[in-house]
Amino acid sequence: MFKFLFDRDTWQEVFDSFNKNKLRSILTMVGVWWGILLLIGLLGSARGLENSFNRLFGDFATNSVFIWSQNTSKPFKGFQEGRRVRLSLTDAQKVEENVNGIEFVVPRNQNQATVVRNFLSGTFSLGGDYPLLDKVEKKKLIHGRFINQSDISDRKKVVVLSEDVYKQIFEKDEKAIGQYIQINNINFKVIGVFEVSNISMGPRIDMHIPFTTFQQIYNTGDQIGWMTITGKPGYDIVQIEKDAKLLLKNLNDVNPNDNTALRSANAAKEIGRVTGFLTGMQFLTWFVGVATLIAGVFAIGNILLITVRERTKEIGVRRALGATPFEIKRQIVVEAVFLTLIAGLFGIISGGWILIGLDAAFGQGDDAVIVNASVSIAVVFIALLLLVILGTLIGLIPAFKATSIKPIEALREE
Amino acid sequence: MLQIKNLNKSYPIGDTSLHVLKGINLSVENGEMVAIMGSSGSGKSTLLNIIGMLDEADSGEYILDNLPIKNLTEKKAAVYRNKFLGFIFQSFNLINYKNALENVALPLYYQGMKRKERQELAMFHLEKVGLANWAHHLPKELSGGQKQRVAIARALAANPKLLLADEPTGALDTTTSHEIMAFIQQLNDEGKTILMVTHEEDIANMCKRIVRLRDGIIIEDKKVNQVRAEQYV
Repeated sequence: MFKFLFDRDTWQEVFDSFNKNKLRSILTMVGVWWGILLLIGLLGSARGLENSFNRLFGDFATNSVFIWSQNTSKPFKGFQEGRRVRLSLTDAQKVEENVNGIEFVVPRNQNQATVVRNFLSGTFSLGGDYPLLDKVEKKKLIHGRFINQSDISDRKKVVVLSEDVYKQIFEKDEKAIGQYIQINNINFKVIGVFEVSNISMGPRIDMHIPFTTFQQIYNTGDQIGWMTITGKPGYDIVQIEKDAKLLLKNLNDVNPNDNTALRSANAAKEIGRVTGFLTGMQFLTWFVGVATLIAGVFAIGNILLITVRERTKEIGVRRALGATPFEIKRQIVVEAVFLTLIAGLFGIISGGWILIGLDAAFGQGDDAVIVNASVSIAVVFIALLLLVILGTLIGLIPAFKATSIKPIEALREE
Repeated sequence: MLQIKNLNKSYPIGDTSLHVLKGINLSVENGEMVAIMGSSGSGKSTLLNIIGMLDEADSGEYILDNLPIKNLTEKKAAVYRNKFLGFIFQSFNLINYKNALENVALPLYYQGMKRKERQELAMFHLEKVGLANWAHHLPKELSGGQKQRVAIARALAANPKLLLADEPTGALDTTTSHEIMAFIQQLNDEGKTILMVTHEEDIANMCKRIVRLRDGIIIEDKKVNQVRAEQYV
């Protein structure tokens, strides 16, 4: 049945009729080319944006919330307003014990510190952290390891550095693991180097030391700077956030209606907003792309209809010479599919170029707006399939038109 | 070869209909060369189209080579046309973006013949009409006489039983007309049955039999002494 597709003559006919109407065929194909170019370009950029957001949130538990304390804005239980609320380890523990659906509570501390090694130095943020942090905010370690439980128990003077710190105080390609550096004049052993993630929820920490070590050095006692809470799968992180904050207000004698004493940032909410936007954009992209595509295919159908009209006589001659109506129809449908497919392939290729261009212009570096703008092979195949189907359907109209004219009428036409 | 009995054909024109063929009876033997004559509107082209299976009669009988031609599907008609009939048109009707060789090979293509065979056969027929050197020229590069010769080669390509010519010299000057007629006569000498529509008396006299039509009926059907066209060339 499809043997004719491998027949040189079929394609000879297609090329002949293409060559005959070169300019018009090309102009028609521009419609389809443009449609598929838009589809690929838009889908690729949407994917690029999505990738960049994913990279932003990737290392990061999306069902997490940060809670930190500030000054009260309402008097409560004899306390004046404007009191600085300080969260403590006990608070964190109570939250973990009492709030429903909690997976982890990670108490954290933070300070600025000067780091010195040989003659190189810099000022970076220093965090006192538990090993659990790695679960909540995945650290991409380039070398070594993250803080472990034994570091915590022994209050070891070990530090995990960000790439930025490493670059600042180490020579290029120098081995950092096992080296000693001075943080606020205290010697720390480097146990790991991590890649900086683009995530900007909560303060950025460049040097992680064990929580207990931090407690000792800065004499913070029970105090914590903030806590990161993650919810178990299936629990609403917004509810957890509310429950935890209410509990914390209770524990710290804060008016339940005080909106400033405890601050929080809910990652899920922010991410949800962004992903919702992305989904909407993808839908829009498909809609625009496919609509343009259909318009382009219709243009091809329209042109073929005109061509068929002009070729009425030729078709009449062919039928007089023994072409069956099926052969005529088949030829016209093949032409339609061929035109759409070629235009589509060019569209896909130039869409790819656009994506390459976008990548070159906006896709480089760590804070790229569009990351790896691309379309999947599946999308390309769907688009091609769509082209073939639309091409066939639209080709059928002129095909039936062509054979609905009796050969005698076709020949009579001068 | 061909029997037609009481053939009728009318075309609807608005509410009324135009009765073009009013009971035609015609019988053509193998190897005959028949001219169908008549003024315009006499129905001669309609008759030729029905014989050529391009059009269908309303009533009557049409038997071609012992095969009744009746209620043909388009597909069947196409196959019969390809197998039994060769067409020569007044305006040549070559496909203008195909060269002479491809034009000649077209009926063979629709026969499903392999490309190489087809081209060889087409070349053979082009040689026969003396245009082998023009095989790769497009119709626009050929003169009227050459175009008609390509068309004749095309009509012959599928080795049809019956050659149908619709005013084959209508678009040609006298000298070229005679050339073409000489060629058609030669084909007839070789045994091809030829049916041609013309309104030129001298061309008709180059056939062996003249059938005259007027207002849809045959008013005269006579054998003539064939005038050979070579003498004018």
